Amino acid sequence: MSEAVISEPLVTEAETRVAVATQRQLIWWRFRKHRLALVSAVIVGLFYLVAVFADVLAYAPPFDTEAARSYIPPQPIYWFDADGHFHPHVYALKGKRDLRTFKLSYAPDPSEPRDLVLFAHGYPYSFLGLIPTDIHLFGVADGKPENALFLLGTDQLGRDLYSRLILATRTSLTIGLVGVALSLVLGVLLGGISGLQGGWVDTVIQRVIEILRSIPTIPLWMGLAAAVPASWSPQQVYFAITIIISLIGWTELARVVRGRFLALREEDFITAAVLAGASRLRIIFRHMVPSFLSHIIAAISLALPAMIISETTLSFLGLGLRPPAISWGVLLQDAQNLQTLGLAPWLLFAAVPVIVVILAFNFLGDGLRDAADPYG
Amino acid sequence: MLTYLARRLVLAAITTFAITLVTFAILHLPPVDFVTAYAAQAAAQGTAISAAEADAMRLAYGLNQPLWVQYWKWLAMVASGEFGRSFEYGRPVTEVIGDRLWLTVLLSMGAIVVTWGLALPIGIYSAVRQYSLGDYVFTFLGFVGLAIPNFLLALIVMYFGLRLFGMSVGGLFSAEQQLAPWTWAKVVDLAQHLPVPILILSLAGTAQLVRIMRANLLDELRRPYVVTARARGLPERRVILKYPVRAALNPFASTIGYLLPFMVSGSVIISVVLSLPTVGPLLLRSLLSQDMLLASTIILLLGVLTVIGTLISDLLLMWIDPRIRLGQIR
Repeated sequence: MSEAVISEPLVTEAETRVAVATQRQLIWWRFRKHRLALVSAVIVGLFYLVAVFADVLAYAPPFDTEAARSYIPPQPIYWFDADGHFHPHVYALKGKRDLRTFKLSYAPDPSEPRDLVLFAHGYPYSFLGLIPTDIHLFGVADGKPENALFLLGTDQLGRDLYSRLILATRTSLTIGLVGVALSLVLGVLLGGISGLQGGWVDTVIQRVIEILRSIPTIPLWMGLAAAVPASWSPQQVYFAITIIISLIGWTELARVVRGRFLALREEDFITAAVLAGASRLRIIFRHMVPSFLSHIIAAISLALPAMIISETTLSFLGLGLRPPAISWGVLLQDAQNLQTLGLAPWLLFAAVPVIVVILAFNFLGDGLRDAADPYG
Repeated sequence: MLTYLARRLVLAAITTFAITLVTFAILHLPPVDFVTAYAAQAAAQGTAISAAEADAMRLAYGLNQPLWVQYWKWLAMVASGEFGRSFEYGRPVTEVIGDRLWLTVLLSMGAIVVTWGLALPIGIYSAVRQYSLGDYVFTFLGFVGLAIPNFLLALIVMYFGLRLFGMSVGGLFSAEQQLAPWTWAKVVDLAQHLPVPILILSLAGTAQLVRIMRANLLDELRRPYVVTARARGLPERRVILKYPVRAALNPFASTIGYLLPFMVSGSVIISVVLSLPTVGPLLLRSLLSQDMLLASTIILLLGVLTVIGTLISDLLLMWIDPRIRLGQIR
């Protein structure tokens, strides 16, 4: 009769946990340690929520112009009334004639308070393009919110900067996504072929990348973007700009993908797939891509801010999206010269979301890149 | 070494060819040819051009020939330094561009020198004093530098320059020197105006290079040879500067090829914001008014200058890096 020898476990519980964890868990544990990246992920998520619920969060119609509301500085929300009760309100706009110059100027008037309410009725829109509604997260109780609520002030044409900024978030963030998706297809395909095939194909693709990277991109983009016909609709311009941006943006992704392919090419499971007679495309997308998906995700989150900067820059120069389209770049275009900045410095506020989202994407990408190789 | 040199030369030639192709494409991208645009412009000014005259113009400019013939003719013209006339200004393109090209080169080169000059010591400091207060400050500044697109930075600097110091940071010359011929006083004036745009332009590149330098040097500092050098009693300064820094410099140096296109791109943008008399604002204007001959010439010249600059940096790299000279890296 043999007696089972129960030996003390050689590994600790934590180590066992690591040993049996899936790749996904390992990545998550590693990523969790990077506090800044975690916070950034939340911020990026919030930004995309804003993009989805843009019309709900905005309170003023983004396109309606009104000379009376021109260049109104940001107005605070008054949270308490004169008796000290919680009673959020703002003041309605009222014209005043300057008795010396006889010029009519508009300013919020403290004698006409307007109550601030949640889920107020405002301008009509269709939620997600499906449900027609006019409910906004907040607005003024009686009267139009655009005549009383000026969270971030107005531009020259009297449009509310806050509402426009919220809607611009949708454009700027999605153009980055579409652009990255396009350059991802190019990058994975060309980088994959380059890394898998090797030989002269690899050489040619690498040289093309090198050439693309040694040409100054901005002048090139400007030249291409200027060729977009003025008669095109905003949607057509949007797609043209996305394609232009991604045409050059794919090189970095291709470089990352090629590097991973070169490393993976020697792995046994790839050889097995080749021997089993799998087609090249099947090997790439079924066997190789999943095994470095995490690297691709990290590269994407580092490529997104570059796309957003490109769009913002082109639109800022007047060569990207054009009004009536609203994007961060289009908004910043209003703040282009010193005269305007002196007159309406709050227009520069459109720079804040740009900087915040780019920083967040960079930290997120850094964290993901570190986490992509949980064994490293 | 010769193979390295030959490869670089061939690559530069192909890149130049690619740039001419792209430029030519941009020249021909607008849906209306420039004779039609010219006719419309003339009509707007009251001097209508008849259809026969327009056709004569097309013939004269060779616009009815196949594209590749046009391309070769255009290439031959460009190669002989003949860039044609600007539509909007009615003067030869070269004359319109004038000094602006050299000011662009000056700005970009200046930014590269400053980028290197700042990134090297900061990178070394951040690695040697890892996790010190200074390291954190520089890391933070680096992220901010990466996150702010340079046109925004220019805008912000311009705004605060005006608000806080009451000074205008735009332009490269004072008003009285703007149109003056080149004199010593004008050079001094230029030198006084250059630092702000150069600093704005070099911030993003510096941020990137500091991060690379810091990471590389940190890797090197952990190597056993550093411990050995210390153990043998070398002064700390020598331990760090003599070997690890030199080793860490190599990948650092190879990024210089991408730095120049980056700077040229940036200079175009910030020149528009700060209204610097470089080719940037001219390019934007010509593109907006569809003055394609001027625009394509600027794009071509910027591209070719970048190729030349990259080639020079490759030669420098060859001189710096013994591994290339000995033919280990091709």
